[in-house]
Amino acid sequence: MTVSEEWPLWEIFIRGQHGMSHRHVGSLHAVDAEHAIKNARDVYTRRNEGVSIWVVEASNISASSPSNKGPLFDPSRDKVYRHPTFYDLPDEAGNM
Amino acid sequence: MYAQMVKSTGETVVAKEKLSPKEREFQDRIDRGEKIEPKDWMPEEYRKNLIRQIGQHAHSEIVGQLPEGNWITRAPTLERKANLLAKVQDEAGHGLYLYCAAETLGVSRDELFDMLHKGKMKYSSIFNYPTLTWADMGAIGWLVDGAAIMNQVPLQRTSYGPYARAMVRICKEESFHQRQGFQIMLTMAQGTEDQKRMAQDALNRFWYPSLMMFGPSDKDSVHSAQSMAWKIKMNSNDELRQKFVDEIAPQAAFLGLNIPDDDLVWNEKTGHHDYSEPDWDEFFQVISGNGPCNKERLDARKKAWNDGAWVRDGMLAHARKKAMRKVAE
Ligand SMILES: [Fe+2]
Ligand SMILES: [Fe+2]
Repeated sequence: MTVSEEWPLWEIFIRGQHGMSHRHVGSLHAVDAEHAIKNARDVYTRRNEGVSIWVVEASNISASSPSNKGPLFDPSRDKVYRHPTFYDLPDEAGNM
Repeated sequence: MYAQMVKSTGETVVAKEKLSPKEREFQDRIDRGEKIEPKDWMPEEYRKNLIRQIGQHAHSEIVGQLPEGNWITRAPTLERKANLLAKVQDEAGHGLYLYCAAETLGVSRDELFDMLHKGKMKYSSIFNYPTLTWADMGAIGWLVDGAAIMNQVPLQRTSYGPYARAMVRICKEESFHQRQGFQIMLTMAQGTEDQKRMAQDALNRFWYPSLMMFGPSDKDSVHSAQSMAWKIKMNSNDELRQKFVDEIAPQAAFLGLNIPDDDLVWNEKTGHHDYSEPDWDEFFQVISGNGPCNKERLDARKKAWNDGAWVRDGMLAHARKKAMRKVAE
């Protein structure tokens, strides 16, 4: 095999026809952003799945670590009063 | 299947008491139906097995383009040509989704290609058979994609997140493949005597190789237990093969074609079809490199890779130069 350098990896985000926001759909290799968008069109929108594409080089993404799950997300678990259903109101008060 | 004989290290499942606390916690997560993600801790053997399995699956999608690509320029109508082109393009996409899933496990795309080219990684035996007539495009869509679907649908629930998500995408795209194949068979089966004969001949040649796609019989499949416990294999080979036969038999009858197996009968007692096993010697020959088209397929892959090297290098060099120019401005 010929040894040459691999193209960098890009993460692909697509916003669909009725989508509210871009969603991660997968990744691919490309030489630069422009090339990544072209490839993303071919790989991830063959069936009219999108109206907009974002590409981000994978090495530029920082992610929370799985071992941090507890400290990061547990504190919001016991704050049920952040949800409207926590507040019991009489029916007569009407829709709120 | 697309991953037919994935060499796995654990022939038997290690009893839970013998697992280290970390391993036990890992198994518990899988048992609870949680997804394992790339950054999560995982046993080295789980990671290795998955690389082999997903890699083999990816290679199958890519090599699988070759037998069908053979007919794109000779499709009988422009519409059929467009259909087949779209299908083969999908398979390229399937390969890409799967390579990306494998890469999250710490293997590079180039390493995977290299292992394929050196014969260190396998791809499905089915793609080592020649496609002799247009009817083979029908038989492949109907039977080969049909068998692939049977295997891939349960894999949407596999424990490794990126693999499961790739499977969801693939399954969404796959059903058009089988339908376009079946439609080719239907048209030919209802066509002229010659067309009908070609359809029957394609079924004759692809029937047993399709059964082989599910891998060796359960009694000879030593690698399954640990993979099942890890939920990277969801059903046994024979289970899926039986399901396939039960689904295809009535479809063949509908087409007015005969499955080339005199012992294939509906068994009232089991509620399944009895059928003949494929020639397993042939299977082991084909999977270990001695099938009718193994050399041709691998040569085609290597040629594409080597001939494309200057393009890959050139594009990267050009992109770098452009980026430098931007910085300079
Ligand atoms: Fe596929
Ligand atoms: Fe397919």
